[in-house]
Amino acid sequence: MGLKDLMNKPGEMLGDMAQVANLDSVIQWGKSYSLWPYPFATACCGIEYMSTSCSDYDIARFGAERPSFSPRQADMILVLGTITYKMAPVLREIYDQLAEPKYVISVGACASSGGMFHTYGVLQGIDRILPVDVYVPGCPPRPEALLDAVIKLQEKVKSQGLEGRRQEVMRKIQEINERNRPLVVR
Amino acid sequence: MIESILEFLKLNYSHFLIEEEQRNSNIPHVFLKPEGIVPVLEALKTHEKYSLSYLNDLTAVDWLGKRKIRFEVLYLLRSPKNKHSQIQIRVPIDEGDSVPSIVSVFKGANWPEREVYDLFGIPFINHPNLERIVLPDNFVGYPLRKDYPLEGPGQDYLIQDLLQIHIQDDISKED
Repeated sequence: MGLKDLMNKPGEMLGDMAQVANLDSVIQWGKSYSLWPYPFATACCGIEYMSTSCSDYDIARFGAERPSFSPRQADMILVLGTITYKMAPVLREIYDQLAEPKYVISVGACASSGGMFHTYGVLQGIDRILPVDVYVPGCPPRPEALLDAVIKLQEKVKSQGLEGRRQEVMRKIQEINERNRPLVVR
Repeated sequence: MIESILEFLKLNYSHFLIEEEQRNSNIPHVFLKPEGIVPVLEALKTHEKYSLSYLNDLTAVDWLGKRKIRFEVLYLLRSPKNKHSQIQIRVPIDEGDSVPSIVSVFKGANWPEREVYDLFGIPFINHPNLERIVLPDNFVGYPLRKDYPLEGPGQDYLIQDLLQIHIQDDISKED
């Protein structure tokens, strides 16, 4: 069997030890199991994240055991809690400091939509300022839901190349900018 | 305690006192004109017997539609030396009026006064740094006023700058 034929059958085993794959999918596979989270915990969802990262639920099983408290050493930002308008520029700046490629998980009702805080001071969903990849519903969500979000994100990372990722983020930022044109100023 | 303080105030500062109907409160309170707040607090703080030397709280009330004079600034004083007795001083003011700052008497009044300014829009004269403290600097309106809508008048302008910066960033990246 020639190399060309092999390349057409990615995932094919050669005996017990070797397997054929293209380099992209190997890299993406590796990336998906080392998503270092940056927990941006502003409310009670942060407590659920603590539980998720401890031994009972153990987010380490999915390679996300290393919470990074510097955005420069993280792959995904978990926005855990209510984001106020005063906090919005901080969140946006931290997102900008994350190393590419970066992913956003919006955890809980507050981060996803403002939740019950439909008031003058609370940002109505972080998708107003960030390109969100996975939303987790719940108030606060159970650790299982958070783990499910990580698994969904892993699937996304495995199936999406660098260029596809860049395109998606650009498209989302464009959408954000168009949707968020202020309707009322003063 | 309150009777003797009232007597003391009537004796020395009767020109600052206002006769008002007592509010429904379990803390003894007196009403003052705005210009009297600094000398009266100074006198109560340094008085040998009363020694009301601790500013427990400084806040405000909006009586929109309930009373003639719309706002009331509240000063809650406590005396650690004298059985922790409390007294509340209320300064009724109309919309647009200002109150003298008491930072010269109580340094701890700095942030509470900024908070009252931030949320009620009551300015304090001679305050060292009268800026918004909890809300963003470009916030429009004073949300604890009773006529402020709960959801605000449309808050998108608060993230407008944020978005505009990034529109420019994206454009420069494409070049």
